[in-house]
Amino acid sequence: MTSEVLVIDDLNKVFSAPTGNVVALEHIQLKVQQGEFITIIGPSGCGKSTLLKIVAGIDTEYEGSVTLHGKPIEGPSIEKGFIFQEPRLFPWLTVEKNIAANLSLKNPEVRKKVDELIELVRLQGFEQSYPRELSGGMAQRVAIARALLRNPDVLLLDEPFGALDAFTRSHLQEVLLDIWQKNRTTMLFVTHDLDEAVFLGQRVIIMNPRPGHIRNILPIGLPFPRKRASHSFQELRHIVLKEFEKVEEPLLDQGAGI
Amino acid sequence: MLLRLPRPLHGLIVPLIIIVIWQVIGSLHVLSPTVLPSPWDIGRQFVNLGLSGELFEHLGISMYRAALGFLLGGTTGLLIGLSTGLAKMVERTLDPSLQMLRTIPLLALIPLFILWFGVGEFSKVLMIALGAFFPVFVNTFLGIRNVDQKLYEVSSILQYSKWQQLTRLIIPAALPNILLGIRLSIGASWLVLVVAEMMATSSGIGYMIQDARAYSNTDIVFVGIIIFAIVGKCSDTIVRILEGKWLRWRDTYKG
Repeated sequence: MTSEVLVIDDLNKVFSAPTGNVVALEHIQLKVQQGEFITIIGPSGCGKSTLLKIVAGIDTEYEGSVTLHGKPIEGPSIEKGFIFQEPRLFPWLTVEKNIAANLSLKNPEVRKKVDELIELVRLQGFEQSYPRELSGGMAQRVAIARALLRNPDVLLLDEPFGALDAFTRSHLQEVLLDIWQKNRTTMLFVTHDLDEAVFLGQRVIIMNPRPGHIRNILPIGLPFPRKRASHSFQELRHIVLKEFEKVEEPLLDQGAGI
Repeated sequence: MLLRLPRPLHGLIVPLIIIVIWQVIGSLHVLSPTVLPSPWDIGRQFVNLGLSGELFEHLGISMYRAALGFLLGGTTGLLIGLSTGLAKMVERTLDPSLQMLRTIPLLALIPLFILWFGVGEFSKVLMIALGAFFPVFVNTFLGIRNVDQKLYEVSSILQYSKWQQLTRLIIPAALPNILLGIRLSIGASWLVLVVAEMMATSSGIGYMIQDARAYSNTDIVFVGIIIFAIVGKCSDTIVRILEGKWLRWRDTYKG
C-alpha cells in the first residue's frame, strides 16, 4: 500500500458556464505506484489537462479525493513538478539560473545538483545561455531540469512535446525515459499523440469526452527501450487505436492525434 | 564611401554638414550675429564662459536641481507605481486622482508653486519632482500589469515566497518598462528645470540663457542650448548602458 504515490478516488469536476454546467471529469479512479510512468491520452475536451491541473493543485475546485502520499492536495507545490506545453522559462535568467530559480547557485549542494541535471538533460555548454538563444526542445529540457531539481514526488507533464517537431520530439522522449530510468520519478504524462503514449507509458490511460471519463487503462508490457518498428509495439499501438475507434466518429475529428 | 566610415561616426555626418553650411552663412555675413551667430562665435563664447568658471557654476547648480528633483519624483513614482501595480486596493484608491492630476499641463502649475513655495530652491525641486514622477509611475504600473500570468503560475508551483515573487519575478519582468519610465522622466526633469530657471532665479543654465537673451547675447543662448543637449544626451546614454546591461536577455529587433 505504501508504494502508492497518488490516489485519485471518485473525482468529479463541473465547470459552471452561463449556458449551463459542463461535466469536465466524471468518476475518475486512479492509483499511481511509486516510480510508475503513466501516459494519459484522449481527444481534446476529454478533461486530461484538467485532471493534471487538479493533481498539480493549480485547480482546487472539485469533488472527490486526490491524495499524494496519503495527504490531500492543497495548492501548487514543488512536490508536484509541472511541465507545461510551453517551457515557461524566466527570460531574464540564464539556463543554470532558470533551473535554480529561487534557490541559490552559491549553495554548493544546489550547484552540484544543477550541474548534474544539466548533464542529465544534455545541456552542457549552454549553462550561461539565455532562453531566447535556445531551441524549443532545449528550453523544454531546461524546464524539466528545473522541476527535477526539487525532487518532485510526481512529475506532471501536460503535452510537453506537443509544440516540437517530430525529430526533437522523439529525442526528448528518449531523454525523458533516460531521466525516468535514472531517477525513478513517478510520471504522469498527458498527450494526444498515440505513438508517444505507447512509447513512454507503462500504463496508457484512455480518456473520452462528454463527460470526461477514463474509458480504459491498458498496461504496456514492453520492456524499455522500446522499438517503434517492432512487431509487438505496432500490435499494442493497434490495440490502443482500436480503443479509440470505439469512440464516436465526430469526436475523433476533433484531433485525437491519430 | 559612407559604409567605410567607422560606425560610431555615422551619427556625426548630419550635424557636421549643418555646421559647415551654418559657418559659411555666418562668414558671408548674410544674417546678423544677433539672429544667428556663427558656430565659431558660439565656440569662442563657450571657451570664454568655461575659462571664467561661470559656465560650470551654472551647470553645477542646474544639475543639482535636476538630480534632486528627479530622485525625489522618480523614487516616489517607482514606489507608488509598484504599490498601485501590486495592490488592487491601492489602485482603486489612488489611480483616479493621479490620472486626473496627470492631465493637468505641468507648466500651468508653476505660478501656483511660486505662490505657495516662493521662488527658492524648494519650489524648483518640487516642480521638477512632479515632472519626473508621472513617467516613472505610469510605466512602472504598466510593467507590473504586463507580467506574464503563466510565469506567475510557475512561480507559485516553485513555491516562491511573496518577497521572491516581487524581487525575482515582478520587478525583473517590469524592468524594461521601469527603465523606459526613468528615461522619459529624466527628459521631463530637464524640461521643467529650464522653465523653472527661466521664471525666477539668479543661477543655473536656464537663467544664463534668459539673461543672455535680455542682453541679446545670442551666442550665449546657443551655448546654453548646447549644454542642455550634451547633458541630456549623456544622461540618456547612462540609462541606455544600464538597459544594455540589465536587459541583455531581451529578444528584440536590433536593426
